Amino acid sequence: MSSLILKNATMRFGGITAVNNFSMTVPEGCITGLIGPNGAGKTTVFNMITGFYTPTEGSIHFNDRQISHLPPHKICKAGIARTFQNIRLFSTQSALQNVMVGFHVRQSNQWWMPPLFLHLREEKQIRRKAMELLERFHLRDVADMPAGSLPYGAQRRLEIARALATDPTFLLLDEPAAGMNPQESTELMSLITSVRNDYNLTILLIEHDMKVVMGVCSHIWVLEYGSCIAEGDPDHIRNNPKVIEAYLGEEYLKYA
Amino acid sequence: MKTNTQRNWACTALALGILAWFLYYAQNNFSPYTVQILNLVAINAILAVSLNLIYGFTGMFSLGHAGFMAIGAYVCTLFILSPDQKVTMWMLEDMPEILVNMNLPFFPAVIMAGIVACLFGLLIAIPVLRLGGDYLGIATLGFAEIIRVVITNIPSITNGALGIKGIPAHATIWWNYGWLIFTLFIICSLLKSNVGNVFKAIRDDEIAARTMGINSFFYRVLSFCIGAFFAGVGGALMGSMISTIDPKMFNFMLTFNILMIVVAGGLGSITGSIIGSVVITFMLELLRVVEDPFSIGSFEIAGVPGMRMVIFSLLLLIIIIFRREGLLGTREFSWNSLFFMPRYLKMRKQIEPGSGKDFGGRAH
Repeated sequence: MSSLILKNATMRFGGITAVNNFSMTVPEGCITGLIGPNGAGKTTVFNMITGFYTPTEGSIHFNDRQISHLPPHKICKAGIARTFQNIRLFSTQSALQNVMVGFHVRQSNQWWMPPLFLHLREEKQIRRKAMELLERFHLRDVADMPAGSLPYGAQRRLEIARALATDPTFLLLDEPAAGMNPQESTELMSLITSVRNDYNLTILLIEHDMKVVMGVCSHIWVLEYGSCIAEGDPDHIRNNPKVIEAYLGEEYLKYA
Repeated sequence: MKTNTQRNWACTALALGILAWFLYYAQNNFSPYTVQILNLVAINAILAVSLNLIYGFTGMFSLGHAGFMAIGAYVCTLFILSPDQKVTMWMLEDMPEILVNMNLPFFPAVIMAGIVACLFGLLIAIPVLRLGGDYLGIATLGFAEIIRVVITNIPSITNGALGIKGIPAHATIWWNYGWLIFTLFIICSLLKSNVGNVFKAIRDDEIAARTMGINSFFYRVLSFCIGAFFAGVGGALMGSMISTIDPKMFNFMLTFNILMIVVAGGLGSITGSIIGSVVITFMLELLRVVEDPFSIGSFEIAGVPGMRMVIFSLLLLIIIIFRREGLLGTREFSWNSLFFMPRYLKMRKQIEPGSGKDFGGRAH
């Protein structure tokens, strides 16, 4: 069973080929990883999947449906959610409001309902569900604080909570552990694993922390200069000479 | 929780009662000049709140408000003028028969004004809202100018540059404040619901909003059209209140006045827009004093027309330099905050970055 398939996806910006002929099949229900040196095209792959870029060539399929020409909001509705490398929260709004915005995509309330007080019932449910989600991510105490004033780790967690509010089946995490110390990233990873089990998600993550990637991912793709140079399970990647040469280098030996 | 809601409704009802009593008192005891200023406060508040929805809450820098007001004012006027007035006043070109006989009472005429302005808003929004930031401002400014030029050049419908005089003065203080309360009700209920969260999400980070499944183009158009509707309503009320309109009235300065109210009151605060329109409308009138001739000792200084705008610009500069977020920032008045003022203040002290010990950037 596979949920997301990229077929020969290529993304060119003028003369630069950011992603070159990249194919991947993400199996359903797994945590998988996408790694590679800086500028390898990992985030471009995410942007193609979430509809911000239309692949120059090739196609993307999600649950047997071609999604490469859909706008971002329709892709979200199809069940793909993501977080960003540089956190993108609605910084003037409270943590609760951030999560409530995430629930908007599945709400049946129409925009004209509030003046007629027809929105109250569903809005109450959304508020309750948003609070539950915040509780799950240890953010209940800061629910009313502006998202921009939260500490860094809390902002990372809030971004994941907001993504989960859209009720996805597939979650893309762009460097979730960036800027965290080893203990924090271990905690985050156990949180991600438990969330995956609770919500029955398929997760694809970009990460530079090799300990994290090798620890949670069951399948890894390695990009370099836009091309896929290796794929396979962590052991396979660990021992692949091309990968060691291109990316892991000494760091690999340290964690091995 | 429940008692709070009931208490808040009671307070709102009480406040409305006090407002009604005040307006009744003002109508009977104040000079017509002061009553006129009160009318202007209400109309400016309607316009400021509608612009704040577009600019302050959805983050679209729009300078097209005068255009929508012009559309609203002309549409409403054409509906409430009597056929006789139309026949005698249209001197440049005769008016088409169908328009001469077109007549509606005041309330539906104002609604029509809003709807037509809203339709024009939709028409301009679809091509223009693909732009962002300053470009959108320039495009909407151009739109407002186009409207003005078009109105000047279709004399068979608008009586061209001569304008329209003797518009029935239906817009009493009751209509104006009634419409203000209606505007506030609609816009506040939208902003308090999840739709409001969506508007603010688009303002804060459009890319993240689109990733969260928000059709940002739809919501931007929606916000723009609602704003245009109430701008049309405001224009209609203004036309009927001052009983004469001409194309020159709806120039850029009108938009600028409204923008000034919104920015001074606080972008993203409805309360700020209301306070801003009260303060600025009254100040615009009170400052007329500085334009009168005055004497220092034996020196006679002739009055300088336009002097109050100089003082006004200075005040605006001071606001921008010392309080860039406006009088209220994005804060809103609510009954809860009034009743829990002491606790609320304590809470705010903790939240404010820098002052709070626990949240000041500490990694978690």
